Amino acid sequence: MTAVPDRPVSTRPDTERTVTDRPVTGDPTAARLVLDAAALSRVVDRMAHELLEKTGGGEGVVLLGIPTRGTTLARRLAARVLAFEGLVVPTGSLDVTMYRDDLRLRAARALEATDIPAGTIDGALVVLVDDVLFSGRTVRAALDALADLGRPRAVQLAALVDRGHRELPVRADYVGKNIPTSLRETVHVQLLEHDGVDAVLLGPARARTDAP
Amino acid sequence: MNRHLLSAADLSLEDATLVLDTAAELADLVERATVKKLPTLRGRTVVSLFFEDSTRTKTSFELAAKRLSADVISFAAKGSSVSKGETLKDTALTLEAMGCDAAVIRHSWSGAPVNLSRWVKGSVVNAGDGTHEHPTQALLDAYTMRQRHGRIEGLKVTIVGDVLHSRVARSNVLLLRTLGADVTLVAPPTLLPVGVDAWPCEVSYDLDAQLPKSDVVMMLRVQRERMGAAYFPSVREYSRRYGLDRARAARLPDDAVVMHHGPMVRGMEIASEVADGARSTITEQVANGVSVRMAVLYLLLGGSESAIGSSQ
Amino acid sequence: MSWVIKDVLLYGEGEPVDVLLDGGTVTAIGAGLTGDEVLEAAGCVLLPGLVDLHTHLREPGREDAETVESGTLAAALGGFTAVHAMANTDPVADNAGVVEQVWRLGLEAGHCDVFPVGAVTVGLAGTEMAELGTMADSAARVRVFSDDGHCVSDASLMRRALEYVKAFDGVVAQHAQEPRLTVGAQMNEGVTSSLLGLVGWPAVAEEAVIARDCLLAGHVGGRLHVCHVSTAGSVELIRWAKAKGWDVTAEVTPHHLLLTDDCVQGYDATYKVNPPLRTQTDVDALREGLADGTVDCVATDHAPHAPQDKETEWGAASPGMTGLETALAVVAHTMVEPGRLTWRGVAERLSEAPARIGRLEGHGRPLAVGEPANVVVIDPSSPWTVDPAVTASRSTNTPFGGLELQARVVATFLRGRPTALHGKGA
Repeated sequence: MTAVPDRPVSTRPDTERTVTDRPVTGDPTAARLVLDAAALSRVVDRMAHELLEKTGGGEGVVLLGIPTRGTTLARRLAARVLAFEGLVVPTGSLDVTMYRDDLRLRAARALEATDIPAGTIDGALVVLVDDVLFSGRTVRAALDALADLGRPRAVQLAALVDRGHRELPVRADYVGKNIPTSLRETVHVQLLEHDGVDAVLLGPARARTDAP
Repeated sequence: MNRHLLSAADLSLEDATLVLDTAAELADLVERATVKKLPTLRGRTVVSLFFEDSTRTKTSFELAAKRLSADVISFAAKGSSVSKGETLKDTALTLEAMGCDAAVIRHSWSGAPVNLSRWVKGSVVNAGDGTHEHPTQALLDAYTMRQRHGRIEGLKVTIVGDVLHSRVARSNVLLLRTLGADVTLVAPPTLLPVGVDAWPCEVSYDLDAQLPKSDVVMMLRVQRERMGAAYFPSVREYSRRYGLDRARAARLPDDAVVMHHGPMVRGMEIASEVADGARSTITEQVANGVSVRMAVLYLLLGGSESAIGSSQ
Repeated sequence: MSWVIKDVLLYGEGEPVDVLLDGGTVTAIGAGLTGDEVLEAAGCVLLPGLVDLHTHLREPGREDAETVESGTLAAALGGFTAVHAMANTDPVADNAGVVEQVWRLGLEAGHCDVFPVGAVTVGLAGTEMAELGTMADSAARVRVFSDDGHCVSDASLMRRALEYVKAFDGVVAQHAQEPRLTVGAQMNEGVTSSLLGLVGWPAVAEEAVIARDCLLAGHVGGRLHVCHVSTAGSVELIRWAKAKGWDVTAEVTPHHLLLTDDCVQGYDATYKVNPPLRTQTDVDALREGLADGTVDCVATDHAPHAPQDKETEWGAASPGMTGLETALAVVAHTMVEPGRLTWRGVAERLSEAPARIGRLEGHGRPLAVGEPANVVVIDPSSPWTVDPAVTASRSTNTPFGGLELQARVVATFLRGRPTALHGKGA
């Protein structure tokens, strides 16, 4: 493992590129490791601290992850917040499939779980959590879904990776890592609970089965 | 490509499970939402073609479509061009010209939805055709069973009554077998079709013997008119031998559920107190119907191509 | 105008010969014959012109589906020189007036001889015997009587009819269907009907009537012909009746020699017919029965229907299939090519036997000098695919669409004049 500068956990958003040049396999077109497990863990820690800072201690916050990996990340954030400040943040998931604007581009897909903790979001500060922020359409769908569920006092967005190329006026309040990409590239977030390992990979273009 | 739900046999285990799981999520979503409407099928047109009277199923489908923001065109045979002699084919061509994404059809002739699927480009959903099938009914029955028992695989389901004329029985036998339940049909021999031995289920003439082993008892409607055609000699004899009265209900296992599709003839196939008792799922079945039909419409129409169903 | 048919095989047997048709008769059979017109028939089979005991020409009443003109043209293209036109027209052919009208229409069309069938009962209502004798004495000279479409279910009336027609050597052709066992029936009763939710038409409804009618024919010494036999049990009953020496004959349709109730999956009403398509066991028994002569002949039960009566829900559709133009080829496909029947056998089953049953004088005759020149030339290996749209009939409801067949009618001659030549009316 090379070249990731050792830096203390900081509250400043990380905007510098820290892409390593080492491909994961011998194939030069294979995915490159951008964050390894340790780096990812530090990033999540920093995001948790930022969350606590920006929300004045986390009162009234509800974390809603966008399935699949957003939900897992939301739980991890909640766990870090609990560890840092002993605060239990209600955490759940919000499936946005029914609100997507790109439904007609693919076959109808299975729904994931929607689990609203504490039964309501009225008056809460909802923090949406997703793994990758790209075009912003998923977040737009999430905002529509929230509107039909209730009336939060505010909505914020936490994204582990911001890869640019917004197609809608959406921005994240908490960003784990900015990774400028070309449209042809793909970003993969791997999490232990789903993929057996924690990593963020930047890969070459592949078949158009991913939603932005 | 648009596909159809014409028969319970159109659904593989994966398809059926997908419908049930989707229905469960949709039920939750709609229940907790302040705005009980999802935008998913906005801009899609669903036509409900009910050639046979039915308030329950018709409103269930229409509500399901509207909750998904689809435009619903409601067509009742009485007073329409059909009552003036227009054929099903011409009705289909008219709808096709107006553009419909899905047609939900209930008809008194078996096979009418199959014919319709040859004349329209959209998806056809069978809402009950003659004595052939009623697949969404079987789906909502399975959903109800799963809710009450937590599973379907391995459940012992007993279906009692006029199997010969029951589209619900046919769909249930096929779907429950797909989902891994064990089905036993109980009826007098006159109300079982020739050829039932080839169906994927057991058959018995003895209701009392089946009750203690049943996780689910599904009572089918019996029409009094069947008496005129000598299917059974009298209402009294029928209900004595095949009716689910209080004594029989007491012999069911504690967690058994009793299902009926309505309209019931209280006192004939089912005693009033059994129909209203805690074991009865009759009202849940109605509520579950909307979620299941939302799931079916979403999976057929929600994407660029259907996720379930058969092509014709 | 004389015609010489060159290098043809009589009954598909022996060495090729030339056959000369002149002045309405076969005038010479030999080598190196000449005539005004020549038909090259090398490799072809010559048979006596086919005779159909069971056709629906629909005129008078349903000329939208078929007329005598269009139906007989279809018959000629199918190799037929004579057809029996069933009586369930509108008005019903239960009197001399209607039968003579149909007979005359056949004469005028000129494509084949039309022998009208007289109804057994007035209006086909099954209660009152029609004027069978008057119809027999009319210009139409009716010998075959049938309520086809309906069963003469009243045992007493059936007995009387079998007795009465003896006076003029008539035959009662029964459509065997016990009405009380087939109320609302839509297709064969079996596993398929149970799953498709269609009311079943059980085999016993046909067999019970056949058993009764054979016993009646035996008892009164009358002539019974069983229409469109469709079940294995029916074949067995007819075999038994013949063994008793009773005057019972039977026919089978081409579609019952090939198709089963599996065709009903998909609810395409093209396959709706009465009696219904049955199981493979029944098909096998019918083929065997036709091969061993228990079933005397093939009759088409050609039943044309307008599109709106077929392109509709199964329950609302009219039963029936066309068959005049495909009959010979389907018989070749199911019986000759697999070796169950020779072309000589085809002559017997599709020409000689039906002519005998109908008491026709000029048809079903031997291929010999001096006989009426009612013949058909068949190419046994000229592949073609059935296209429902290509037909002389006004209706397109054939169940054989897309079927690849081998035998083809090259020419049909009616008293020495070609009525069909190379797939076109002549």
